[in-house]
Amino acid sequence: MHELSLCSNLVAQLQQLADGYPQLRLVEVHLTVGPLAGVEPALLQHAFPVAAAGTVAAEATLRMTVGTVQIFCPRCQRQSEASANNLSCRYCHEWQTQLVSGDELILQRVEFEE
Amino acid sequence: MCDTCGCNVTPGNRHLLAEDGRHAKGSDGRQAVEILQSLLSENDHQAAHNRQHFEQHGVLAVNLMSSPGSGKTALLEQTLELLRDRLRVAVIVGDLETENDAVRLRQHGVTAVQISTGSACHLDAHMVHSALHEIDLSEIDLLFIENVGNLVCPASFDLGHHRNVILLSTTEGDDKPAKYPVMFRAADLMLISKCDLLEVLDDFSPQRAMQQLQQLANPAPTLQLSAKRGSGMAAWIAWLQQQLDDHRQQIVKDLGTLPPEHSHHHHPHPHHH
Repeated sequence: MHELSLCSNLVAQLQQLADGYPQLRLVEVHLTVGPLAGVEPALLQHAFPVAAAGTVAAEATLRMTVGTVQIFCPRCQRQSEASANNLSCRYCHEWQTQLVSGDELILQRVEFEE
Repeated sequence: MCDTCGCNVTPGNRHLLAEDGRHAKGSDGRQAVEILQSLLSENDHQAAHNRQHFEQHGVLAVNLMSSPGSGKTALLEQTLELLRDRLRVAVIVGDLETENDAVRLRQHGVTAVQISTGSACHLDAHMVHSALHEIDLSEIDLLFIENVGNLVCPASFDLGHHRNVILLSTTEGDDKPAKYPVMFRAADLMLISKCDLLEVLDDFSPQRAMQQLQQLANPAPTLQLSAKRGSGMAAWIAWLQQQLDDHRQQIVKDLGTLPPEHSHHHHPHPHHH
Protein backbone atom coordinates (compact mmCIF):
# COMPACT_ATOMS: atom_id res chain seq x y z
CA MET A 1 0.00 0.00 0.00
CA HIS A 2 1.17 3.49 -0.78
CA GLU A 3 -0.11 5.07 2.43
CA LEU A 4 3.26 4.59 4.11
CA SER A 5 5.11 6.37 1.33
CA LEU A 6 2.55 9.18 1.48
CA CYS A 7 3.17 9.45 5.22
CA SER A 8 6.91 9.62 4.59
CA ASN A 9 6.29 12.53 2.20
CA LEU A 10 4.08 14.13 4.82
CA VAL A 11 6.72 13.77 7.51
CA ALA A 12 9.31 15.36 5.21
CA GLN A 13 6.96 18.31 4.69
CA LEU A 14 6.39 18.54 8.45
CA GLN A 15 10.12 18.50 9.11
CA GLN A 16 10.58 21.48 6.77
CA LEU A 17 7.74 23.33 8.47
CA ALA A 18 8.98 22.62 11.95
CA ASP A 19 12.40 23.97 11.04
CA GLY A 20 10.70 27.36 10.73
CA TYR A 21 9.41 27.16 14.32
CA PRO A 22 12.37 25.78 16.28
CA GLN A 23 11.06 26.97 19.64
CA LEU A 24 7.69 25.23 19.24
CA ARG A 25 6.49 21.64 19.45
CA LEU A 26 4.38 20.09 16.67
CA VAL A 27 1.22 18.70 18.28
CA GLU A 28 -1.44 18.32 15.59
CA VAL A 29 -1.56 17.69 11.86
CA HIS A 30 -4.79 18.21 9.90
CA LEU A 31 -5.41 16.61 6.53
CA THR A 32 -8.35 16.82 4.16
CA VAL A 33 -8.91 13.58 2.27
CA GLY A 34 -11.49 13.24 -0.50
CA PRO A 35 -13.18 9.90 -1.29
CA LEU A 36 -11.52 10.02 -4.74
CA ALA A 37 -8.03 10.74 -3.44
CA GLY A 38 -7.12 7.08 -3.70
CA VAL A 39 -6.18 6.91 -0.04
CA GLU A 40 -7.66 4.88 2.77
CA PRO A 41 -7.89 7.16 5.83
CA ALA A 42 -7.63 4.24 8.27
CA LEU A 43 -4.43 3.01 6.60
CA LEU A 44 -3.02 6.52 6.63
CA GLN A 45 -3.81 6.75 10.34
CA HIS A 46 -1.98 3.47 10.98
CA ALA A 47 1.01 4.39 8.82
CA PHE A 48 1.53 7.83 10.32
CA PRO A 49 3.14 6.80 13.64
CA VAL A 50 5.47 4.45 11.77
CA ALA A 51 6.66 7.22 9.42
CA ALA A 52 6.74 9.80 12.24
CA ALA A 53 8.78 7.78 14.74
CA GLY A 54 12.00 9.56 15.63
CA THR A 55 11.02 12.76 13.77
CA VAL A 56 9.54 16.14 14.73
CA ALA A 57 6.13 14.59 14.16
CA ALA A 58 6.63 11.72 16.61
CA GLU A 59 4.38 13.28 19.25
CA ALA A 60 1.86 14.79 16.86
CA THR A 61 -1.73 13.63 16.46
CA LEU A 62 -3.00 13.11 12.92
CA ARG A 63 -6.55 14.36 12.30
CA MET A 64 -8.39 13.84 9.05
CA THR A 65 -11.46 15.43 7.55
CA VAL A 66 -13.00 13.16 4.96
CA GLY A 67 -14.78 15.23 2.35
CA THR A 68 -17.68 14.35 0.06
CA VAL A 69 -17.79 13.98 -3.70
CA GLN A 70 -19.50 17.03 -5.21
CA ILE A 71 -20.23 17.33 -8.91
CA PHE A 72 -21.55 20.09 -11.14
CA CYS A 73 -23.91 19.23 -13.98
CA PRO A 74 -23.40 21.40 -17.08
CA ARG A 75 -26.78 20.31 -18.45
CA CYS A 76 -29.09 21.28 -15.57
CA GLN A 77 -26.59 23.68 -13.99
CA ARG A 78 -26.95 22.17 -10.53
CA GLN A 79 -24.44 20.89 -8.04
CA SER A 80 -25.06 17.64 -6.20
CA GLU A 81 -23.36 15.10 -4.01
CA ALA A 82 -22.29 11.90 -5.75
CA SER A 83 -20.79 8.58 -4.77
CA ALA A 84 -17.19 7.72 -5.66
CA ASN A 85 -18.22 5.27 -8.38
CA ASN A 86 -21.20 7.10 -9.81
CA LEU A 87 -20.61 10.71 -10.72
CA SER A 88 -23.82 11.13 -12.74
CA CYS A 89 -26.09 14.07 -11.96
CA ARG A 90 -28.53 13.24 -9.20
CA TYR A 91 -31.26 15.37 -10.81
CA CYS A 92 -31.10 14.83 -14.56
CA HIS A 93 -28.80 11.77 -14.70
CA GLU A 94 -26.41 13.44 -17.15
CA TRP A 95 -23.12 11.48 -17.01
CA GLN A 96 -20.67 14.10 -18.30
CA THR A 97 -20.42 16.05 -15.08
CA GLN A 98 -17.53 18.01 -13.62
CA LEU A 99 -15.92 17.11 -10.32
CA VAL A 100 -16.13 20.03 -7.91
CA SER A 101 -14.51 18.33 -4.94
CA GLY A 102 -13.63 14.87 -3.74
CA ASP A 103 -10.10 14.17 -4.95
CA GLU A 104 -8.26 16.31 -2.41
CA LEU A 105 -5.30 15.02 -0.47
CA ILE A 106 -4.17 18.09 1.35
CA LEU A 107 -2.09 19.03 4.33
CA GLN A 108 -4.43 21.66 5.59
CA ARG A 109 -3.06 22.90 8.88
CA VAL A 110 -0.59 22.11 11.61
CA GLU A 111 -0.65 23.20 15.23
CA PHE A 112 2.32 23.97 17.40
CA GLU A 113 2.54 24.34 21.16
CA GLU A 114 5.03 26.31 23.20
CA MET B 1 -5.29 22.13 -9.89
CA CYS B 2 -3.55 24.99 -8.20
CA ASP B 3 -0.78 26.41 -10.36
CA THR B 4 1.72 27.09 -7.64
CA CYS B 5 2.10 23.84 -5.77
CA GLY B 6 0.01 21.31 -7.69
CA CYS B 7 -2.41 20.79 -4.81
CA ASN B 8 -6.04 20.05 -5.59
CA VAL B 9 -7.38 23.29 -4.17
CA THR B 10 -9.99 24.61 -6.57
CA PRO B 11 -12.61 27.34 -6.31
CA GLY B 12 -15.03 24.47 -5.67
CA ASN B 13 -13.40 23.13 -2.56
CA ARG B 14 -11.52 26.10 -1.21
CA HIS B 15 -14.35 26.90 1.20
CA LEU B 16 -13.83 23.48 2.81
CA LEU B 17 -10.35 24.50 3.72
CA ALA B 18 -10.73 28.18 4.57
CA GLU B 19 -9.91 28.84 8.17
CA ASP B 20 -9.38 31.93 10.22
CA GLY B 21 -6.05 33.28 9.08
CA ARG B 22 -2.73 31.70 8.40
CA HIS B 23 -1.20 32.11 11.79
CA ALA B 24 -4.16 32.00 14.13
CA LYS B 25 -2.95 31.89 17.71
CA GLY B 26 -5.40 30.27 20.11
CA SER B 27 -6.00 31.37 23.68
CA ASP B 28 -4.41 28.12 24.86
CA GLY B 29 -1.02 29.13 23.50
CA ARG B 30 -1.41 26.92 20.46
CA GLN B 31 -0.31 28.27 17.16
CA ALA B 32 -2.06 27.04 14.02
CA VAL B 33 -0.35 27.37 10.66
CA GLU B 34 -2.34 27.02 7.44
CA ILE B 35 -0.49 25.00 4.82
CA LEU B 36 -2.87 23.95 2.00
CA GLN B 37 -0.29 21.86 0.25
CA SER B 38 -0.83 18.57 -1.50
CA LEU B 39 0.66 15.57 0.25
CA LEU B 40 2.01 14.66 -3.14
CA SER B 41 3.63 18.02 -3.82
CA GLU B 42 7.15 16.61 -3.84
CA ASN B 43 6.19 13.92 -6.34
CA ASP B 44 4.19 16.39 -8.42
CA HIS B 45 7.16 18.73 -8.58
CA GLN B 46 9.38 15.94 -9.89
CA ALA B 47 6.64 14.88 -12.33
CA ALA B 48 6.47 18.39 -13.78
CA HIS B 49 10.23 18.25 -14.22
CA ASN B 50 10.02 14.90 -16.04
CA ARG B 51 7.25 16.27 -18.27
CA GLN B 52 9.49 19.18 -19.19
CA HIS B 53 12.23 16.76 -20.26
CA PHE B 54 9.78 14.86 -22.45
CA GLU B 55 8.46 18.00 -24.06
CA GLN B 56 11.94 19.36 -24.76
CA HIS B 57 12.42 16.32 -26.96
CA GLY B 58 8.91 16.11 -28.41
CA VAL B 59 8.40 12.76 -26.67
CA LEU B 60 4.94 11.46 -25.78
CA ALA B 61 4.96 9.48 -22.51
CA VAL B 62 2.19 6.92 -22.04
CA ASN B 63 1.54 5.36 -18.63
CA LEU B 64 0.14 1.81 -18.91
CA MET B 65 -1.73 0.60 -15.86
CA SER B 66 -3.73 -2.51 -15.00
CA SER B 67 -4.06 -5.44 -12.61
CA PRO B 68 -1.27 -8.02 -12.69
CA GLY B 69 -1.75 -10.46 -15.54
CA SER B 70 -4.01 -8.39 -17.77
CA GLY B 71 -1.48 -8.51 -20.59
CA LYS B 72 0.49 -5.25 -20.47
CA THR B 73 3.76 -6.85 -21.56
CA ALA B 74 2.14 -8.98 -24.27
CA LEU B 75 0.39 -5.87 -25.62
CA LEU B 76 3.67 -3.96 -25.63
CA GLU B 77 5.48 -6.76 -27.44
CA GLN B 78 2.95 -6.71 -30.28
CA THR B 79 2.86 -2.91 -30.27
CA LEU B 80 6.65 -2.69 -30.62
CA GLU B 81 6.51 -4.99 -33.64
CA LEU B 82 3.78 -2.91 -35.29
CA LEU B 83 5.58 0.36 -34.60
CA ARG B 84 8.93 -0.86 -35.87
CA ASP B 85 10.07 1.36 -38.79
CA ARG B 86 7.28 3.77 -37.88
CA LEU B 87 8.04 5.30 -34.50
CA ARG B 88 11.09 5.16 -32.25
CA VAL B 89 10.05 3.72 -28.90
CA ALA B 90 11.55 3.07 -25.46
CA VAL B 91 9.99 1.44 -22.41
CA ILE B 92 10.34 1.89 -18.67
CA VAL B 93 9.08 -1.18 -16.84
CA GLY B 94 8.10 -1.30 -13.19
CA ASP B 95 8.26 -4.74 -11.67
CA LEU B 96 8.35 -5.89 -8.08
CA GLU B 97 11.26 -8.30 -8.23
CA THR B 98 12.24 -9.63 -11.63
CA GLU B 99 13.66 -8.28 -14.85
CA ASN B 100 11.57 -10.72 -16.91
CA ASP B 101 9.37 -8.11 -18.59
CA ALA B 102 12.29 -5.90 -19.63
CA VAL B 103 14.11 -8.91 -21.06
CA ARG B 104 11.02 -9.81 -23.13
CA LEU B 105 10.74 -6.25 -24.47
CA ARG B 106 14.43 -5.89 -25.35
CA GLN B 107 14.03 -8.81 -27.72
CA HIS B 108 12.03 -6.42 -29.89
CA GLY B 109 15.01 -4.15 -30.36
CA VAL B 110 14.10 -1.30 -28.03
CA THR B 111 15.67 0.20 -24.92
CA ALA B 112 13.79 -1.21 -21.93
CA VAL B 113 14.79 0.06 -18.51
CA GLN B 114 13.69 -2.01 -15.56
CA ILE B 115 12.77 -0.35 -12.28
CA SER B 116 12.68 -3.01 -9.58
CA THR B 117 10.42 -1.53 -6.98
CA GLY B 118 11.02 -4.23 -4.37
CA SER B 119 7.97 -4.12 -2.15
CA ALA B 120 6.74 -0.78 -3.52
CA CYS B 121 3.38 -1.10 -5.18
CA HIS B 122 3.70 1.76 -7.67
CA LEU B 123 6.14 3.86 -9.65
CA ASP B 124 6.70 7.44 -8.60
CA ALA B 125 8.11 10.42 -10.45
CA HIS B 126 11.55 10.07 -8.84
CA MET B 127 11.94 6.46 -9.94
CA VAL B 128 10.98 7.42 -13.50
CA HIS B 129 13.47 10.27 -13.45
CA SER B 130 16.30 7.91 -12.45
CA ALA B 131 15.36 5.57 -15.27
CA LEU B 132 15.43 8.47 -17.74
CA HIS B 133 19.18 8.68 -17.30
CA GLU B 134 19.43 5.44 -19.22
CA ILE B 135 17.31 6.63 -22.15
CA ASP B 136 18.32 9.04 -24.87
CA LEU B 137 15.15 11.06 -25.27
CA SER B 138 16.39 12.73 -28.44
CA GLU B 139 16.38 9.28 -30.08
CA ILE B 140 12.73 8.41 -29.39
CA ASP B 141 9.19 9.56 -30.23
CA LEU B 142 7.22 7.53 -27.75
CA LEU B 143 7.96 6.34 -24.21
CA PHE B 144 5.82 3.65 -22.63
CA ILE B 145 5.88 3.42 -18.87
CA GLU B 146 4.60 0.00 -17.85
CA ASN B 147 3.48 0.59 -14.29
CA VAL B 148 3.41 -2.02 -11.53
CA GLY B 149 0.39 -4.31 -11.89
CA ASN B 150 -1.98 -2.77 -9.35
CA LEU B 151 -5.28 -0.92 -9.72
CA VAL B 152 -4.99 1.12 -6.53
CA CYS B 153 -1.67 2.75 -5.74
CA PRO B 154 -0.32 3.84 -9.17
CA ALA B 155 -3.36 6.08 -9.67
CA SER B 156 -2.14 8.54 -7.04
CA PHE B 157 1.28 9.25 -8.53
CA ASP B 158 1.85 11.57 -11.45
CA LEU B 159 4.96 10.40 -13.33
CA GLY B 160 5.15 13.30 -15.75
CA HIS B 161 3.41 11.25 -18.45
CA HIS B 162 0.88 12.68 -20.91
CA ARG B 163 -1.66 9.89 -21.30
CA ASN B 164 -3.03 7.12 -19.07
CA VAL B 165 -3.97 3.87 -20.75
CA ILE B 166 -5.75 1.34 -18.57
CA LEU B 167 -6.06 -2.29 -19.55
CA LEU B 168 -9.01 -4.34 -18.43
CA SER B 169 -8.79 -7.96 -19.51
CA THR B 170 -11.79 -10.14 -20.24
CA THR B 171 -10.61 -12.55 -17.54
CA GLU B 172 -11.37 -9.89 -14.92
CA GLY B 173 -14.77 -8.58 -13.85
CA ASP B 174 -16.43 -6.02 -16.09
CA ASP B 175 -17.29 -4.06 -12.93
CA LYS B 176 -13.67 -3.08 -12.29
CA PRO B 177 -14.26 0.61 -13.18
CA ALA B 178 -16.83 0.86 -10.37
CA LYS B 179 -14.55 -0.97 -7.94
CA TYR B 180 -11.49 1.12 -8.73
CA PRO B 181 -12.94 4.56 -9.55
CA VAL B 182 -9.76 6.52 -8.81
CA MET B 183 -7.81 4.51 -11.35
CA PHE B 184 -10.45 4.38 -14.09
CA ARG B 185 -11.39 8.05 -13.69
CA ALA B 186 -7.82 8.85 -14.74
CA ALA B 187 -7.99 6.82 -17.98
CA ASP B 188 -7.53 8.57 -21.31
CA LEU B 189 -8.16 5.24 -23.02
CA MET B 190 -9.56 1.96 -21.72
CA LEU B 191 -8.28 -1.09 -23.54
CA ILE B 192 -10.25 -4.29 -23.16
CA SER B 193 -7.58 -6.92 -23.64
CA LYS B 194 -7.69 -10.66 -24.36
CA CYS B 195 -10.84 -10.20 -26.45
CA ASP B 196 -10.14 -13.52 -28.19
CA LEU B 197 -11.48 -15.06 -24.96
CA LEU B 198 -14.83 -13.23 -25.12
CA GLU B 199 -16.55 -16.13 -26.83
CA VAL B 200 -15.81 -18.45 -23.91
CA LEU B 201 -15.97 -15.86 -21.10
CA ASP B 202 -19.57 -14.92 -21.71
CA ASP B 203 -20.00 -13.24 -18.32
CA PHE B 204 -17.73 -10.35 -19.35
CA SER B 205 -19.66 -7.61 -21.14
CA PRO B 206 -17.55 -4.87 -22.80
CA GLN B 207 -20.74 -2.82 -22.93
CA ARG B 208 -21.13 -3.00 -19.14
CA ALA B 209 -17.49 -2.01 -18.60
CA MET B 210 -18.01 1.03 -20.85
CA GLN B 211 -21.18 2.03 -18.99
CA GLN B 212 -19.30 1.88 -15.71
CA LEU B 213 -16.56 4.06 -17.12
CA GLN B 214 -19.20 6.60 -18.16
CA GLN B 215 -20.64 6.57 -14.64
CA LEU B 216 -17.29 7.95 -13.53
CA ALA B 217 -17.96 10.93 -15.83
CA ASN B 218 -15.07 9.76 -17.95
CA PRO B 219 -15.59 10.27 -21.71
CA ALA B 220 -12.43 8.28 -22.59
CA PRO B 221 -12.82 5.95 -25.58
CA THR B 222 -12.68 2.17 -25.25
CA LEU B 223 -10.92 -0.16 -27.66
CA GLN B 224 -11.22 -3.94 -27.73
CA LEU B 225 -8.26 -5.98 -28.82
CA SER B 226 -6.37 -9.22 -28.64
CA ALA B 227 -2.59 -8.88 -28.70
CA LYS B 228 -2.37 -12.62 -29.25
CA ARG B 229 -4.62 -12.72 -32.33
CA GLY B 230 -3.83 -9.21 -33.53
CA SER B 231 -7.48 -8.13 -33.66
CA GLY B 232 -8.10 -4.49 -32.78
CA MET B 233 -4.40 -3.66 -32.86
CA ALA B 234 -4.71 -1.31 -35.86
CA ALA B 235 -7.11 0.97 -33.96
CA TRP B 236 -4.75 1.03 -30.97
CA ILE B 237 -1.78 1.96 -33.15
CA ALA B 238 -3.87 4.67 -34.84
CA TRP B 239 -4.83 6.04 -31.41
CA LEU B 240 -1.17 6.22 -30.39
CA GLN B 241 -0.20 7.98 -33.61
CA GLN B 242 -3.04 10.46 -33.16
CA GLN B 243 -2.00 11.21 -29.57
CA LEU B 244 1.60 11.78 -30.66
CA ASP B 245 0.46 14.15 -33.42
CA ASP B 246 -1.82 16.05 -31.02
CA HIS B 247 0.95 16.21 -28.43
CA ARG B 248 3.45 17.64 -30.88
CA GLN B 249 0.94 20.18 -32.13
CA GLN B 250 0.43 21.24 -28.53
CA ILE B 251 4.19 21.60 -28.03
CA VAL B 252 4.44 23.76 -31.16
CA LYS B 253 1.60 25.88 -29.80
CA ASP B 254 3.26 26.22 -26.38
CA LEU B 255 6.89 26.62 -27.42
CA GLY B 256 6.45 28.08 -30.90
CA THR B 257 8.41 25.24 -32.50
CA LEU B 258 9.24 21.58 -32.12
CA PRO B 259 12.57 21.14 -30.36
CA PRO B 260 15.46 20.34 -32.68
CA GLU B 261 16.69 16.78 -32.58
CA HIS B 262 20.06 16.41 -30.94
CA SER B 263 21.35 13.10 -32.12
CA HIS B 264 23.61 11.21 -29.72
CA HIS B 265 22.90 13.79 -27.09
CA HIS B 266 22.33 12.16 -23.73
CA HIS B 267 19.69 13.14 -21.21
CA PRO B 268 21.06 16.54 -20.25
CA HIS B 269 21.43 17.43 -16.63
CA PRO B 270 22.81 20.89 -16.12
CA HIS B 271 20.48 21.53 -13.16
CA HIS B 272 20.72 20.48 -9.54
CA HIS B 273 18.02 18.73 -7.55
